Amino acid sequence: MAQAQPIRTSPQPDPGESYLLEGETYASMSSKIGDVPLVSPLQTSRGWLVGFTISFILLMVYFVSIGWLFIKGVGIWGINIPVGWAMDIINFVWWIGIGHAGTLISAILLLLNQGWRNSINRFAEAMTLFAVACAGMYPILHLGRPWLFYWLMPYPNTMGMWPQFRSALAWDVFAISTYASVSLVFWLVGLIPDFATLRDRAKNIWAKRIYGVAALGWRGSARHWHRYEMASLLLAGLSTPLVVSVHSIISLDFAISQVPGWQVTIFPPYFVAGAVFAGFAMVILLMAPVRKWYGFENYITIRHFDVMAKVMLATGMVVVYGYFMEVWAALYGGSTYEEYLLYNRLYGPSAWAYWGLLFCNAVAIQPLWFKQVRQSIPALIVISLIVSVGMWLERYVIIVISLERDFLPSSWGQYNPTFWDWSLYLGSFGLFFTLLFLFVRVLPMINIFEMRMFLHQEQQRMNRKKHHGEAGHGGATAD
Amino acid sequence: MQNRADGIYGVMAEFETPDELIAAAHAARHAGYTRMDAFSPFPIEEVIEEVAPGDTGVPRLVLIAGLTGAATGFILQYIGNVIDYPLNIGGRPLDITNWPAMIPITFEMGILMAAFTAAISMVILNGLPSPYHPVFNVPRFERASQDAFFLCIEATDPLFDRAQTSSFLRSLGPMQVTEVAE
Repeated sequence: MAQAQPIRTSPQPDPGESYLLEGETYASMSSKIGDVPLVSPLQTSRGWLVGFTISFILLMVYFVSIGWLFIKGVGIWGINIPVGWAMDIINFVWWIGIGHAGTLISAILLLLNQGWRNSINRFAEAMTLFAVACAGMYPILHLGRPWLFYWLMPYPNTMGMWPQFRSALAWDVFAISTYASVSLVFWLVGLIPDFATLRDRAKNIWAKRIYGVAALGWRGSARHWHRYEMASLLLAGLSTPLVVSVHSIISLDFAISQVPGWQVTIFPPYFVAGAVFAGFAMVILLMAPVRKWYGFENYITIRHFDVMAKVMLATGMVVVYGYFMEVWAALYGGSTYEEYLLYNRLYGPSAWAYWGLLFCNAVAIQPLWFKQVRQSIPALIVISLIVSVGMWLERYVIIVISLERDFLPSSWGQYNPTFWDWSLYLGSFGLFFTLLFLFVRVLPMINIFEMRMFLHQEQQRMNRKKHHGEAGHGGATAD
Repeated sequence: MQNRADGIYGVMAEFETPDELIAAAHAARHAGYTRMDAFSPFPIEEVIEEVAPGDTGVPRLVLIAGLTGAATGFILQYIGNVIDYPLNIGGRPLDITNWPAMIPITFEMGILMAAFTAAISMVILNGLPSPYHPVFNVPRFERASQDAFFLCIEATDPLFDRAQTSSFLRSLGPMQVTEVAE
């Protein structure tokens, strides 16, 4: 057989220590990952059909919720003055935060030359795109007259008016639309060489044609790879400040206002860390079943989960520092309203949310200090679920509890979500998972060419190590 | 010279491993060939260095686009909020001293234009989309997107000679050597 020799990529066979399991070749990766989308539609697995059906039903819940909203207006939600922002903005920030882990993995870890990202970046980027789609709908839906959303964009109009560019809400429009567009472009560029692999592997003439058109005639030329690598690096370099700017700008929606609990200078970094924290929790939640169902244990190893858990722990601790600073600012700042806000968070009618968030985001992540926990999939799933709930509660605390108690006691209020608040949230999962199921069905969910490149690099690294060992320099040279 | 290369695009050799391709590209460069290309299922830095001399088209265009985008974003806001429709919100300044508030959109517009340019210029400078190319005629070329490594010396190379180039490539230990039909 004219294939490359199976390569031992790990000196010790301990599955917790390696990113790639031995026995993988360029050909085995191309077929194992590439053939998943090439299965005939008639042979689609039953599990996929069940999952897709459930997601599709939830998507219909989404459409019904939006339809009723269009008919009746935002009065169907629980919002009322003083709480004018609630589930709509909570879910917007929650979803977009989840998306940030994808960009972190695809851009920042590429710049840092972290080879392990190769097996999860395609999936995480897809998660980013779909989470941003879910997020982006909320600000539009909460407009009151969503069909006039294009008024947010600067365009020459007969009213002779312009958007108010000094408002953080106008910055939001640009930040979110840029983020969605750049993420899509980055994702599509990454797919081009893999489309070529699918084109060359497809047996069905229609699959060959469709993937062939998408591959743009990619032939793996070194001259092309040169520009391709350049463009990927540039996109990563552009996405890195972009992802930081997006959640910073979202935090400015709050931070440049005067509401107690919103006007906090630590918000931008604290929001970015929180976004990555929630995003990695979601990546773990999604990767654990996908890896099992599609038999990708060789590519997404326990070691990957271990590293992701470490990132989650680190960003989680940054978030906890943010909570601490909020308390500190309230106690030290000398503002009555901030002091009262702290009291209200700890002992007010919605205190359950604040204590819940402290448990979910500060206490529940502490077991991640231990390797046994980081390398246990069930434990990670439980912790990630708790973190996802915790990050939702964080936005609830910031948005709702702050608005419920502003400056004048006579204008205090209480927020209670309605059925439609919850149905729209549930429905947005339908949108997310419908897109995700379609993605794993028709596109390679692991970046095949980057996996080959990773295998090649690992092989070179091993050869160097061996060489060093034989030459008497000792095998433990740091790479 | 021309008649010796009539009707063919070049001569293509297939190699089994990336290391063989790296060695072959190196050897071909040393033999004096300049018009050649390698085809591999993933980018190989050493091969790119041998066959594709530095091309800075993409980064140059991205820089220009990024600066243009940022300038567009700033001018857009200046026209909107300073010249055409100044609106007093919370006493914030109405003239150019308001520039810090314009930074976020200026930045986002710069990134947006630069990112689109990075992707589009990569595709266009690479001459894509190109549904047909002579190298697709080579047997087993569909493996170039999976696990095979090819080196092609093109007929436009000044040193190209149908017989000599083929035998040179054969001397590098390939799995097969094929003439690529035009």
